[in-house]
Amino acid sequence: MNDRPKIPRFLGLAAKPAGPWRAVLIAIPFVLCLGLYIAASQARHAENPRDKILPTFTQMGEAVNRMAFQEDARTGKYLMLADTVSSLRRLLLGIVLAAVLGLVIGIHMGLFPGIEALSSAFVTVVSIIPPLAILPILFITFGVDEVAKVVLIFIGTFPLICRDTYLYTKNIPREQITKALTLGAGPFRTTYSVIMPQVIPRLLDTTRLSFGAGWLFLIASEAIASTDGLGYRIFLVRRYLAMDIIIPYVFLITLLGYLIDLALKKTVSWKYSWYREQNG
Amino acid sequence: MEKETNFLYLENVYKSYGPKTVLDDIDLAVSEREFCTVVGPSGCGKSTLLRLVLGQEFPTSGTIRMQGEPLGFTDTRRGIVYQRYSLFPHLNVLENVMLGKVMEMGFFRPRSKMKAAREEAMEFLSRCRLGEHTRKYPHELSGGMRQRVAIAQALIVRPRVLLMDEPFGALDPGTRESMQLFILEQWEKSAMTVFFVTHDLEEAVFLGTRIIVLSQYYIDGREEGGARGARIVADYKLGDVATSTKVKASADFGGLIEKIRHEGFSPDYRQHVTEFNLTHPDSFQTLEETERKKG
Repeated sequence: MNDRPKIPRFLGLAAKPAGPWRAVLIAIPFVLCLGLYIAASQARHAENPRDKILPTFTQMGEAVNRMAFQEDARTGKYLMLADTVSSLRRLLLGIVLAAVLGLVIGIHMGLFPGIEALSSAFVTVVSIIPPLAILPILFITFGVDEVAKVVLIFIGTFPLICRDTYLYTKNIPREQITKALTLGAGPFRTTYSVIMPQVIPRLLDTTRLSFGAGWLFLIASEAIASTDGLGYRIFLVRRYLAMDIIIPYVFLITLLGYLIDLALKKTVSWKYSWYREQNG
Repeated sequence: MEKETNFLYLENVYKSYGPKTVLDDIDLAVSEREFCTVVGPSGCGKSTLLRLVLGQEFPTSGTIRMQGEPLGFTDTRRGIVYQRYSLFPHLNVLENVMLGKVMEMGFFRPRSKMKAAREEAMEFLSRCRLGEHTRKYPHELSGGMRQRVAIAQALIVRPRVLLMDEPFGALDPGTRESMQLFILEQWEKSAMTVFFVTHDLEEAVFLGTRIIVLSQYYIDGREEGGARGARIVADYKLGDVATSTKVKASADFGGLIEKIRHEGFSPDYRQHVTEFNLTHPDSFQTLEETERKKG
């Protein structure tokens, strides 16, 4: 005799979507979007064969072939690759700088009350300034070349990473620091041997979440003043309504973002497994 | 009365936080190798006293000396075991215990010294019956195991005084009893002085060679309604070594517990400062004339 109620597969609080059915559910929104796009694209092309707004997959394939696998007539470079390299270089430089400085400054702010008193209010104010509003200042100061863009990405991501590290360090129980002192650690050893290793996985998590903002500032600065890059290309070909280039480029950016996110997530799980157990 | 040369010496120690006096004229002399348990009602200032001896905080007035020298900031002469947050979560058991030895080495860690440190840590760990768990991380250990690691971690740097702040408070009764026997074992082997703060009167009377009762329930000659911090209202010498937990069931044991509960923990029963039961040979009191007055 079976008294158990039927467990719903989808609806309600007690639902358990499992196994292959789960994969189906995950795929549904993607398939729907794709289907809608294809239908819309075909409808537009039926009316106007030279439509550029919703290119067919063939058209996009041709554009990708041109950008990725053929040398550009003017510069001799493979444009998609050159754009990717330039953009990633700017993005990674800006964010890595923000992460390293955010870690060092944040930890010292969290551990040493003197440094906290000195910098806490200042960092808060800096974090409120909208970075895009000071982009013109950066262009004036640093020119329209690489430096201004890297600095923008840095200014856009550093305050959050710094404050997050600072608050996380502050929340480490004071008992640990006292304990370290009774074991013979001075302020230097306490900061770098005892506290920093605990904060690094948190830093990696926060940096991973800052990449979204990083891409935003990268693309904005490339759109305004650049000679290459993923953002530059998108805004350049906008004038020719080249959606067959724009859509693949957006996919590329999404893919890169996803891979970076995955890499950082896996690093924390693999090298700092104790952190996941503790903090989830 | 050469009390100043006692191992640990506190005289006229007051501790206030703003207008509130937490510790009021503490006079305490402790000999070496004493197992000193400290009890008192909640919030009376037991942990504050511990923090003063630890060097984490400093008295508002009064002197604290260890072997004649004033105590400074926290250092390796005093070890600490807390109730929670005892271990470093990013290190495994072996690394946690080794940490004290690694700190001795400075920035460069020669292989030979690391090897010696590892062996010494392993020895402490097997002494604590944790030899099988050296590669585990704190989050993988039970409460009792964590506290054992914390004790080993503190002992490896051979502190002169081991301070313990309700270390077994978060453990279940069975584990608590085995930990009590465990700490007695470690104390006997290491010849150090122990300062053990606890809520549990039974535990305090069982473990200690000396029991100090801190309480804010007393009267003295000073004006009524004035703020009173906690004082040492009772100080007893207990039997030297507890042999087994069966002693907890004896009549003497129960009688002493009742007496302490009455003297220190009842807001309704307040003794005058001059009538405290300070019967331990090392105990002493420094009283002003105003305090001696009976109302």
